Amino acid sequence: MPAVAMNVNGNAVSGEVEPRTLLVQFLRESLRLTGTHVGCDTSQCGACVVHVNGKSVKSCTMLAVMADGCDVTTIEGLATDGSMHPMQQAFMDNHGLQCGFCTPGMVMTALDIVNRNGNDLNEATVRKELEGNICRCTGYHNIVKSVKAGAKAMGE
Amino acid sequence: MVENGIGASVRRKEDKRFLIGKGNYTDDINVAAQTHAYFVRSPHAHATINSIDTGEAMASTGVVAVLTGDDLAADGIGPLICGVTVTSDDGEPHRAPAHPALAQGKVNYVGDHVAIVIAETLAQARDAAEKVDIDYGVLPAVTDTGSAADEGQQQIHEVAPNNMCFNWPFGEKDAVEAAFASAHKISTLDLVNNRMVTNPMEPRAALGEYNEGTEEITLHLTTQNPHVHRLVLSAFNNLAPEHKLRVVGPDVGGGFGAKIFVYAEELVVGWACRKVKRPVKWTSDRTEAFLSDAHGRDHVATAEMAMDENGKFLAMRVMTQANLGAYLSTFATMVPSYLYAFLLAGQYTTPLIYSEVKAVFTNTAPVDACRGAGRPEATYLVERLVDVAAADMGLDPAEIRRRNFIPVDAFPYQTPVVQCYDSGDYEAALDKAMAMADYDSFSARADEARTRGKRRGIGLSSYVEACGIAPSAAVGQLGAGVGLWESAQVRFNPTGNVQVFTGAHSHGQGHETTFAQLVTEQLGVPFENIEVIHGDTAKTQFGMGTYGSRSLAVGGVAIAKACEKLIAKGKKIAAHALEAAEGDIEFADGNFSVAGTDKAMNIAEVAFTAYVPHSYPEGLEPGFDENAFFDPLNFSFPAGTHICEVEVDPETGVVEIVKYTAVDDFGKLVNPMIVEGQVHGGIVHGVGQALLEGCRYDSEGQLITASYMDYAMPRADNVPSFDVDYAPTNPPHNPLGVKGCGEAGAIGAPPAVINAISNALGIKHIDMPATPENVWRAAQTAALG
Repeated sequence: MPAVAMNVNGNAVSGEVEPRTLLVQFLRESLRLTGTHVGCDTSQCGACVVHVNGKSVKSCTMLAVMADGCDVTTIEGLATDGSMHPMQQAFMDNHGLQCGFCTPGMVMTALDIVNRNGNDLNEATVRKELEGNICRCTGYHNIVKSVKAGAKAMGE
Repeated sequence: MVENGIGASVRRKEDKRFLIGKGNYTDDINVAAQTHAYFVRSPHAHATINSIDTGEAMASTGVVAVLTGDDLAADGIGPLICGVTVTSDDGEPHRAPAHPALAQGKVNYVGDHVAIVIAETLAQARDAAEKVDIDYGVLPAVTDTGSAADEGQQQIHEVAPNNMCFNWPFGEKDAVEAAFASAHKISTLDLVNNRMVTNPMEPRAALGEYNEGTEEITLHLTTQNPHVHRLVLSAFNNLAPEHKLRVVGPDVGGGFGAKIFVYAEELVVGWACRKVKRPVKWTSDRTEAFLSDAHGRDHVATAEMAMDENGKFLAMRVMTQANLGAYLSTFATMVPSYLYAFLLAGQYTTPLIYSEVKAVFTNTAPVDACRGAGRPEATYLVERLVDVAAADMGLDPAEIRRRNFIPVDAFPYQTPVVQCYDSGDYEAALDKAMAMADYDSFSARADEARTRGKRRGIGLSSYVEACGIAPSAAVGQLGAGVGLWESAQVRFNPTGNVQVFTGAHSHGQGHETTFAQLVTEQLGVPFENIEVIHGDTAKTQFGMGTYGSRSLAVGGVAIAKACEKLIAKGKKIAAHALEAAEGDIEFADGNFSVAGTDKAMNIAEVAFTAYVPHSYPEGLEPGFDENAFFDPLNFSFPAGTHICEVEVDPETGVVEIVKYTAVDDFGKLVNPMIVEGQVHGGIVHGVGQALLEGCRYDSEGQLITASYMDYAMPRADNVPSFDVDYAPTNPPHNPLGVKGCGEAGAIGAPPAVINAISNALGIKHIDMPATPENVWRAAQTAALG
């Protein structure tokens, strides 16, 4: 089986995987980083979004071997010294989550939105950018509020 | 107000673990020596099974076992059951075909379970599943709701002639006919309530472990009701005695009804882990979820309203055909019957109602409760019919509603369809919503839109629903196999912090927060010192779980009752310690005090005394830990008015919701932030049904909307932000003064959206989902293009 090595949340990790192993499977099953979720099998729902080399990726769309040598950040890698990242805090403050299943993907996507669009986001931009992440609980209203507030907090 | 008590928008206790990736969903759990399961499912909608050859699969790499319906039958496991009886018009109970958890000789829908393959890895199980050789004899399929019971149709089950499960008439047929015969005007509407796939974002999963030493099975499940699962699996499916079966619903990623039911996979995984003496894990992929989760809605109906010359409703008649799918899911029969027909009065004084529901079998996935369950179907029908009636009478939709509302001074109000509404002020909600929506100046906005080639429409929906299910005696009389009370245990630890055990189950609703608010309000214990525990039959006493917007209205009251018992016991302990008469002890803000003195002790001190009873009232039991059960006296009747304003592009058929207003009556709000979130989510579920979501089978029974590529879920850019407010009334029978809020949005929204689109295009009706294609076609027909 092919060997893979990558940097996940600042830690060097390695393993042997079947070639068909998806990045999300490697994260969840080999590394037991179960914060990244699988909500569909057609790369539509966005529950599995992580960052690979600083860009958001649906980790069900990428083979683990394709991430060989990459820097990967998952939801578990955002909080520092026990403090939540401003975007995580914004989701809590604005009730941007209910069941929590889509939440890790939403937060990781939100960070990518901020990276590409800056800290002053309008509602239309956030809604358009969230098009690849499905939530069944919140009706998006409070997710949109959370992303805008989180973006602002990140700029402060 | 107590800090973090009732009425405070407290941030949720559960959020941190979800936000830092430390949630604990069933598929996140891994145990030593775990195997992985994959189900072999039928690719045909309707076929006999001539033979199953598992030899090659068994020989495949990593395979532990391949088990079929014969193995299941040999062990006497199953069949799956439906827990509610509906009596058909011939006086017989509904027809209930056998529902084996693994097919025995026949499959009845695409996705029907044929075999389970268990292997060391999921990939190996999937590979081996492809090698299970099944010889099918394909039969014609029945998939269409409206024609499933027609003469000459393919028969699906021997026990159900004409594919009929039941024909259930309800109401005074002759009186209704007489009222129609003398009516000034009759409005008629044919409509379809489109089939939905419920789609919680976490797919279903099961992890079964068998302990040979204790002979106990532990099943981690994606369940909304662990004790109900354990009861059914034990008492009806013969999996294991109740005391040898532990069901855990850990973090559950949304339910919306789909995780109430006892599914084949859950029973088979529980059985298989004992058979192979290894833990077995199964997680549905999304395609499997589309194929085998219970679906929702799927009605074809004709509704008629008889009116006098003032537009006053005299009588209503409703003929409904409801699709139950290939087998009866756990509560399938209840949804298109009691949860539907008993809501047909809506908010109106319609004195006479007659309903006939024909429930049919088809070669499609079983249909059961989906957010709202029967009530969205009833509300959509009533609120669409009322708009048609308004047009027929030349009245504004708001005016015809006002003329027929149950007046505020008429509560409690006995409807002609069983339900007795306890409280409501329908006109207040309508007034407030119309003001918020700027209803009166709508025509100016419509004129302006026309200058841009767009058509604006505005739609009202004044809904009432019955939730907080339910009084046990009432549901028992109707044929339910269970009671529908709720349980609670409030336990002080010796150090003064509190654990609350509830039979309700949270899968997004925020019970860990809301229930802690109830306790902090009542007992004065700091919010952060309260932990709410749910979802494990080994931890909580028997409880009924969460569905039908019942957790707060029923389970919350049980918690309050347990708190009352603690206060009563605490008074005895405090009286002894403070050397006062029990009758002189007062309790407020967490302190027991002697009236008129400054002598007091905190409830934490009382708890400590109860566990270290060195100086203690004679004859009083030690400990500070109380149980309570609450069986409500009536359903809960949330109501409100939703107003949707749309802008339709007749060139493309695209509908944009430009403004959406919701004014609801949920009684007292414990956590307004959480309630508002429930409203938002419910509305989008309803908007999804109205604009986007349509589950389709082709004539051969293939599900052609089996992924998020083909089944359009509402996304962030399909919906606006919402204007939400409340017009509360006090439900007199509920000790906390609360009503359910979880389903209201999904009930209120669909007719508001379709009424708005019909208004925009000046048409009588358009069926859901009002996709751009359907709207464009309607616009062409209406010659608006």
